[in-house]
Order: sequence, then C-alpha cells, then structure tokens
Amino acid sequence: MVTMDDYQGKDATWCPGCGNFLILRALKMALVELDIAPHEILLVSGIGQAAKLPHYMKGNVINGLHGRTLSYATGAKIANHDLIVIATSGDGDLYGEGGNHFIHTIRRNPDITVIAHDNQVYGLTKGQASPTSGLGFVTRLQTDGVILSPFNPIALAISANASFVSRGFSGDINHLSKLIQTAIQHKGLALIDVLQPCVSFNRVNTFTWYRDRVYKLGDDYDPTNKIAAFQKSQEWGDKIPIGVIYTQDRPTFEEQLPALKEGPLFKIEVDYALLDNLLEEFI
Amino acid sequence: MQIDFSLVAGGEAGQGVQTVGQMLAKVFVKGGRDVFVIQDFESRIRGGHNFTQIRVKDEPVYAIAEAIDLIIALDKQTIDLHSDKLVEGGALIFDSENVKIEPKTNLFGVPLGEIAIKEGGNKLYANTVAVAAALGLLKYDIEILNNVINESFGKRPEIAQNNIKAAKAGYEYVQKHFGHYNKYELKTIPDAPKKMLLTGTEAMALGAIAAGCKFVSAYPMSPSTGIITYLAGKAKEFGLVAEQAEDEIAAINLIIGAACAGARAMTVTSGGGFSLMVEGLGLAGVMEVPIVIIEAQRPGPATGLPTRTAQADLEFVLHASQDEFPRIILAPGTVEEAFYAMPKAFNLAEKYQLPVIVLSDQHLADSSMTVDKFDLSKVTIERHLLADEEVNLEEYKRYKITESGVSPRALPGQTRALVINDSHEHSEDGHITEDPKIRTEMVLKRFRKLSGAKAEIKPPTFYGPDDAEVILVGWGATYGAIREAVDILNGDGSAAVRNSAQRKMTVAMMHLSEIWPFPTETISNILSKAKKLFAIEGNATAQLAHLIRAETGIAVTGKILKFDGRPFSPGYIVREMDC
Repeated sequence: MVTMDDYQGKDATWCPGCGNFLILRALKMALVELDIAPHEILLVSGIGQAAKLPHYMKGNVINGLHGRTLSYATGAKIANHDLIVIATSGDGDLYGEGGNHFIHTIRRNPDITVIAHDNQVYGLTKGQASPTSGLGFVTRLQTDGVILSPFNPIALAISANASFVSRGFSGDINHLSKLIQTAIQHKGLALIDVLQPCVSFNRVNTFTWYRDRVYKLGDDYDPTNKIAAFQKSQEWGDKIPIGVIYTQDRPTFEEQLPALKEGPLFKIEVDYALLDNLLEEFI
Repeated sequence: MQIDFSLVAGGEAGQGVQTVGQMLAKVFVKGGRDVFVIQDFESRIRGGHNFTQIRVKDEPVYAIAEAIDLIIALDKQTIDLHSDKLVEGGALIFDSENVKIEPKTNLFGVPLGEIAIKEGGNKLYANTVAVAAALGLLKYDIEILNNVINESFGKRPEIAQNNIKAAKAGYEYVQKHFGHYNKYELKTIPDAPKKMLLTGTEAMALGAIAAGCKFVSAYPMSPSTGIITYLAGKAKEFGLVAEQAEDEIAAINLIIGAACAGARAMTVTSGGGFSLMVEGLGLAGVMEVPIVIIEAQRPGPATGLPTRTAQADLEFVLHASQDEFPRIILAPGTVEEAFYAMPKAFNLAEKYQLPVIVLSDQHLADSSMTVDKFDLSKVTIERHLLADEEVNLEEYKRYKITESGVSPRALPGQTRALVINDSHEHSEDGHITEDPKIRTEMVLKRFRKLSGAKAEIKPPTFYGPDDAEVILVGWGATYGAIREAVDILNGDGSAAVRNSAQRKMTVAMMHLSEIWPFPTETISNILSKAKKLFAIEGNATAQLAHLIRAETGIAVTGKILKFDGRPFSPGYIVREMDC
C-alpha cells in the first residue's frame, strides 16, 4: 500500500499559508487513495510558484520552461503511455505563456491530468496581473487596475471540446482530492482549475472571498450536457461552482496513433528488413 | 567518351516541371548514369518561373554545371531566361502550342498537349510527351521510360498504358521531324551497378528511420517540411509518430518531453522556426536531454527567400540560447552524408545527453543525386541507457557528477528509481539549487561532455593534392561545387569551364561536414601548410572563416561568398578565384 510518507519530498519554499500547500496535499492524498506509487507517475511543470510543486513531493519529474508544461506532458505520454502524467502549474504558465499549447493540447486530448493552480496573480514575479485576474485588479504594473477581460479557462476548455473540465478549491481539500482522483481516472485530458488564494499578492481573492462564493455542483447537475456546461462556465462572481463541469467520451490522442498499438513508442525497434525494402524503392 | 550532359526543364509553377525532371532523372539513372538534379522554384503554387536542372555523367556528380546542352521549355519565359546558357549547337524543345517563336536551327517545336490528348486521351500526359521528346532527340532507349512509367503507375495500369502511348507518340514525333539532329546520343550503360536516386530530404528522413527516431514534431516551414511529411507517410509501417505542432515552440518542447520519457525524438525546421526553438534548445542543454534538430537553412532574416538556399545560420546555431552549454553541430555535404549523419546525430545525442543540430539547406534538401545504396549494416543504435539492474534504486541521481560529465541515464518508470529532469540549475538529484559550488560543478560537468564528443567528430574531408598551395574551405552543401572547382583548377575538369580558369597553383578542398565541437588540431595542421586560403560560403560574412580564426588563429583571407539564394556552381568559384 502506498502511504503519504512515500510521497514526502523536500520542504516547500512557498509563503506560509499559501494555497499551494493544500493542492500539494490533495494531490498526494489522491495518489495514495488510488494506490499509485511515485515511480509510476510523471509530474510535469513549467515555471512559477505552482510549478515548483514536483520538487516538494515524490515522482518522476520534468520541470521545464515557462508555459511549455503541456508540450512536455504530451511528448512524454506519446513516448511512454504507461506513465501516469500529471501536469501541475500555474495560471500564468498554463493560460498566459502557454495559452496556445493549452488550446491545442485540449484538441489533441492526451490522457493527462492538468492541475491549474489559479490564484489570479503572478506570485514568482511579485504580484502582476495574471490572465485570470479580475477587472480592476490593481497591481504595480496594472496601476489603474486590470482592463483586459479575464480569461475563462472553463469556457475555453469546453469550447475547444475538452473531454473533462472541472474546478476545485484549495480550501476544500477533500473535495479537491476526490476531483483529482476522478481526473486521473478519466481517459483523456482532464483539466482541474483550482481556485487558490495567494496570501502575499492577492488581497482581493482571499480564502474568505472564495469561501463565501464557492458551491459544489450537486447530483442534479448533468456534466455531459455541453450547452448547460457552457452556461455553467459563465457563472462567476457571487456564486462560483466547483466540481466536474463538463465531461465527455472522446478518443485519446494516444489511442489514435497507430504506432502505439504495439506498446510504448520508446520500446519499438527498427525493422531493418522493411527499411531495406524501402531503400530499394529509390533504385 | 565521358558524358557530361546538362538539361534544363522550365515552366510555370503548376505545369509539372518537377515531374518532368524526376522522370528524366530516373530514366537516366536506370540507364546506368549518375545524375545531379536541382529544383529552382518560387514561393508560389501557380505561375511564375520554376525550373529543374539535370546533369548526367558517367561518374558520381556532385554539382550542377553552368552550360546547358538541352532546354525543355513548357513556356516562353524558360527560353528567355535560359537560352543564353545553351551551348553552341545545343537543342531547345518547346511546347509549340504554348510558345510562339521563329523556327530556327536547333529549336524544336513539339505540340505536347495535342499529342497527349490524341494519343493518351488527356492533356495531363503532356509532361510525359515532353520527356519522351527529349529522349527522342537524344536517341535514348524509350523502353526505360516505359519501365519508369509502369513503376510510377503500377497500381493504375490504365493510366500507365495511356502514358506509354503518349510517350511513344512524342518520341516518334521528334524522330520523324527532327531525326537529322545528332549532336547528342545518350546510350544506356548495360549492367551498370544499381544506384539510389534521392534528395537530401529523403536521405535525412530515411536516416532518421534507420536511427530509430520514433517521434518527430514540427511546424511546417520550407525547406524542411519534406522530412516530416515523408516520415508521416511511413509512420504506420515503421512504428513512429509524426505530429504537426501548433508552433515551433511546441515542436521542440514536445520532443524534449518524448526524449525525457525515452523515445528518440527530433524536430525539423528552418532558421525562422529555429529562432522560436532557441529557448527549448537551452533547456535541452541544461536538462541534458538528447534531441536532434534538423535546421534546413534558407536566406533570412525573418521571412527572407522561402524557397531558396543559404548557409548563414552557422554562427546562430552555434551560439543560440542564453548562457553556455555543450552542443554538437553536423553539416552534411552530400545526400550520402545526409543519411549517415542521422544515426550519428542520435547516437551522439544519447551518448552525451545534449542537443545535436544537423544543418542542412534548401540546396541539399531539394537536390537529388545518385548514390550507392545505403549500407544499413553500417548503422548502429547506441542508446547508452542503464539496464534495469544497473539502476541505483535507493539513490539514483539524474545529474550525477562524473569524470566524463555524462551521468548514467535511467528512464522515468523504468524502475522504482525516480528520474528528475529540471530546467533550473540543479543538484545531482535534479532538484532546484542556488548553491554556488554546485552551480560551478554542474557547468563544468556539462562542458566535460564536449571533450568526449570532440573525439567523435569526423576530421574534415581533404580533396586534392596533399601539398596544394591553395585550399578552398567549405562546409555543408557546397561540397560538390568546391570539389569540382578543385578538379577544374587542377586541370581534370570539363573543357568548357577549364578554358576559362587561370591555372597557376595546385588547389585542394577542405570540407567540414561535422563542425562542433571544432576539430581544431586537424584543421590547424591542414590549413597551416597552404599558401593561400579561400572560404567558400553561402553567407555574407564568412562565418566558418570567423570560427577558424577564433579556434585556430588562422586567417582565411580569400573569401568567395554568395548570398543571392542560389547554389554555388563550380564555374562560379573558379571565376571568382580569378578575380
């Protein structure tokens, strides 16, 4: 049996009270619950406070460049689809610098879990607006407040035909941990946008702010209805839904790659007899 | 008698100039000749002027000639642009339906479309008629063309038959009307050894398959696109994945992800796309990920000349990225080298866990030449991965400091040992560190890999007399033009160009097809013996000459540079040396 101790990593350098600690704990809990061992997973991240997470637990890791998280995750999954690939990075990484990859990775639908630590602010670079910062959010760079319309990752993911779109809240660790479990078990790209307070740079979207607003989607909500899900994705402000907002069955990217039917790509050997025949075509 | 015959086929984009060229080249190769074929085309799908130039010889041919023996003009422009290069008594076949010119000696009008419709039942066969007409004029064995047609349309015998009928009519038309013309007679050589005819693009794609490349990702960009499209066509058969990325940034980071997970992976691009990949290149450097990048150069900066050739990215690929890390740069000069460069690139990438850049260019990518069949027994796959039982399960360190600089490599998921790949400066176990001592050790460790890699770099090719007074220095796809310029200058070349050359000193070539780590000592030894050195490069600043000066202290003072987007010809080099 895998235990929480198996996932004990280095001490985190996040600010005391940071929402990242709770996401880290929820992820470990989910993996322990699913009895997945550290060597079976590949944690993938880019750059940002959230992107340091893989260093603070156990697992195989690719901690690459800012914004490119989903490219490593997809490439690794193609090379070895036996790996359980979990991308864990921030809103700046996944929605800002990596926006183009976010769209196209959703289109590809590799079987990966994407945990977006969404604190609506840039922490590592000390407090600039993120793509999800609310209108009017004042920073030292957005001195008169944000005037760009906030990015809606849920709506965008649904419109790009994502196979699993959800939202969690780092303040509800049990709910989040269950959500991560469902996401890992989902076949295809599973997005969890995690609401996460930044205790140092976001004085607007605090724990209390979120707690007063989030509510869990109940059994009466049908996450397979795309139109209803799109409607739900527009809900923000006084009431913010958490849980699985949209899910559908869609073939994964790997399933549609003929080469992978023989097993993991990296193990396939060259058929030199076949290649020799191919050379003959040029004679 | 030695044959050295050149023809040009030209027309608008969309007229099938390339098809004419390919058919003719195949016909000559199957008849036992060696050929060299270039494609010259504009960045457009219809209209404009495209041409293909084929040179036929009895021995390996590495470059185009300037003088043309036969022109096949599918449009008027071809005549306007190329007839000044036609040799005395050379022939010009033109489409008498499209092109109206005064009939003159050696101008042979053939109603290509009319014959195609009448005999083959479709105007599409006009290209076949053009090929057959040319062969008729050369009194070449038409059976070989029929074989080529049958091979090309093997699965559609009806189309093959129509083509063969059209070909016969075109051949006979020329014999009937222009049978008196007998300047050339190209005979087939019976029992000549069989050779492959292929482009640099095809050779690199085949080389990647041979090397066990399992994943290729790219964003389409001329002149590199042909590699990924060729591989995509073979993906099912050979068990590989070819993925069109949303941009070049994704392309390089996708392959980095795949390489970290254990697949041999590469991307292909040109200079503009490589610009976007630079950050990923640095990541592969610090994270020690074995990847291969084919950079097929074209003139820049920015969009430049999309379908033309250049050698102006050497210093760029050598220095690309912030800070410093080891990399390897190969620059094959011929189609044959292009094939064997790929397994070497992948083997070195995995042995030293670093990015390997293979520099190509439009001239190498799109030109076809005859080569001996690639010897697959010469290809080895050396992965340098730890066996399961060799992995230290308790304390595996992805970046273990070693004397060679190479850290034993295990793969994620291979065993219980965890593999941590990190973009920050990191400790031996792959975690973030800012410790100045570890940082210093890690930089040194990474650079130690370069000493090992240096010993694997092939010395430059030296061609010509050992004691040559003049050495022409080049790299990459100028190989053929320089080599033949040496022959001409030393008096072995074709008479047409030889007469124009002032031959005073003995000349040799030093050509680099593997550039970095720089083979400093060998190059120093070779160059220090000569009286005069010329750099022959497809750029405006003599980038290899810079590198030679920086690495050896030797100044290459003569410079023959060309940056008009067109390839070097041997004659051009010879003339420039006379200046």
